[in-house]
Amino acid sequence: MANQVCFRNNHLENSWTLAAYQSSGGYEAVKKILSEKTSPEELIDEIKLSALRGRGGAGFPTGLKWSFMPRNAPGQKYIVCNSDEGEPGTCKDRDILRYNPHQLIEGMLIAGYCIGASAGYNYIRGEFWEPYSRFEVALEEARAAGLLGDNILDSGFDFQLHSHLGAGAYVCGEETALLNSIEGKKGQPRFKPPFPAGFGLYGRPTTINNTESLASIPVILSKGGQWFLDQGLPNAGGEKLFSVSGHVNRPGNYEVPMGTPFSELLEMAGGVRDGHQLKAVIPGGSSTPVVPGDQMMGINMDYDSIASAGSMLGAGSVIVMDETTCMPRVLARLAYFYYEESCGQCTPCREGTGWLSRVTQRIEDGNGAQADIDLLDSVAGNIEGNTICALGDAAAMPVRSFLKHYRDEFQHHIDHKQCMVTSDW
Amino acid sequence: MISEAARADIDRWVEKYPEEQKQSAVMAALRIVQDENGGSITTEMMDEVAAYLDMPPINVYEVATFYSMYEHKPVGKHKLCVCTNISCMLRNSKGVVDHLQEKLDIGFGEVTEDGMFSLKEVECLGACVNAPVMQVGEHYHEQLNPEKIDRLLDELRQES
Repeated sequence: MANQVCFRNNHLENSWTLAAYQSSGGYEAVKKILSEKTSPEELIDEIKLSALRGRGGAGFPTGLKWSFMPRNAPGQKYIVCNSDEGEPGTCKDRDILRYNPHQLIEGMLIAGYCIGASAGYNYIRGEFWEPYSRFEVALEEARAAGLLGDNILDSGFDFQLHSHLGAGAYVCGEETALLNSIEGKKGQPRFKPPFPAGFGLYGRPTTINNTESLASIPVILSKGGQWFLDQGLPNAGGEKLFSVSGHVNRPGNYEVPMGTPFSELLEMAGGVRDGHQLKAVIPGGSSTPVVPGDQMMGINMDYDSIASAGSMLGAGSVIVMDETTCMPRVLARLAYFYYEESCGQCTPCREGTGWLSRVTQRIEDGNGAQADIDLLDSVAGNIEGNTICALGDAAAMPVRSFLKHYRDEFQHHIDHKQCMVTSDW
Repeated sequence: MISEAARADIDRWVEKYPEEQKQSAVMAALRIVQDENGGSITTEMMDEVAAYLDMPPINVYEVATFYSMYEHKPVGKHKLCVCTNISCMLRNSKGVVDHLQEKLDIGFGEVTEDGMFSLKEVECLGACVNAPVMQVGEHYHEQLNPEKIDRLLDELRQES
């Protein structure tokens, strides 16, 4: 099976409209909850049963995260959706916003109900003007239908939902940087603890979930946690969106069960581009360690299987590379990205990402020295674990893994001042 | 001075946040005044935004220089933002960049003599499965090739 959760409506004409969403049972889950006054505990138990794990990359169990919220504490609490999709290789949330925005709104409504929040924000990256516009129209439709606002459907439950637009900063995908950004500040991550569940947006208890996680909620509660669990694996339920990009014949977003063999996913994406062979795969977005192609062909798309190959599922952003790919060139580009996006707050990341970028680029340019390979390893090691947020680790992991699997290519660049492979791009 | 229309737009954003949190609208306000000023902002404009939102100017400068979509030097009427990150790179974003630079005779960070176009290298735009990708204003242009780029440049010129 495929396309049963976030993409379940994509085949409908104008799937993004309220009418289309309601024609496929949309908003029925929240209506039932509000009319029956289902207890938040019961709903959270259902989500725990589903084994939904955070779709933004960290894979933290969503039900457990919600249970951390002091939902009966007095005062304002917030639910925040992270649509700051910026991890290179990732473009699934954009399609949820474009094609199924009402399911996200319903998911945020239910989340608000469960954690005791009467207000929510959807943080959409600034470049996503088109998805943002579509989400705004959906918000208007929902408000006009009495599905957002005060006393929703006469239930006594109030919920205000707004979008917030970013302005270009990868680091705002980190949840506390995102909160600072909503507060009108530089998007620099906060030191944890305190965690957002205690001290979040405007200092109030806050839960932050990824777009895909929240959009999965209405389906889980309609069909049952057990149903969702059955689609995937015991410790990772459901279908999940995978963005397959790079050297394949049909790049695209594919919603398939957790645990789908990589080889099947590759086939759905039309296989490696015609006339070429698989060389390497970055399975979960640019921060996750690269895996050699032959090893990847024996791996399934789930947390444990990918971990056994030394990498991570991340956000399910599968970047496929064929034999024309020069690994030092790719690493130099990724290293530059982290250098460009480091917020500058922690010295190891601010300085280290600059070193990684400069050294990888000089190796790629044929100006590398023998000591540079060890230097890269050492710099990466000095960033890892020494920063407030995960951006530092994200910069270090590609370096470690590229050197581990493709050291010979870096050596070749140093020895011969040229590339081992011929590329048409 | 911030125009009437811009103020109305900023006010719409201010309303989204708690009453005592006007600062939350600063990102939107900077975008709005930048759009009105042809795509870039000046120190005077940042000061006006600060006054309008009751913020210390330094906090507005911090925001305006932290996020990559704010411009502090004039840009072309059409700012072409080309992604060169990994997924686009693998689908030949270099070809897109080379073609644009040759056609427009400018490099990254430069503006054409007629002020029509400027070119900017950007990080992942989040449309990786449709690479190579470029953003122009509010729109994405995907699966780019030389023919598509030529057509787009013609359209943008005629629009002006």
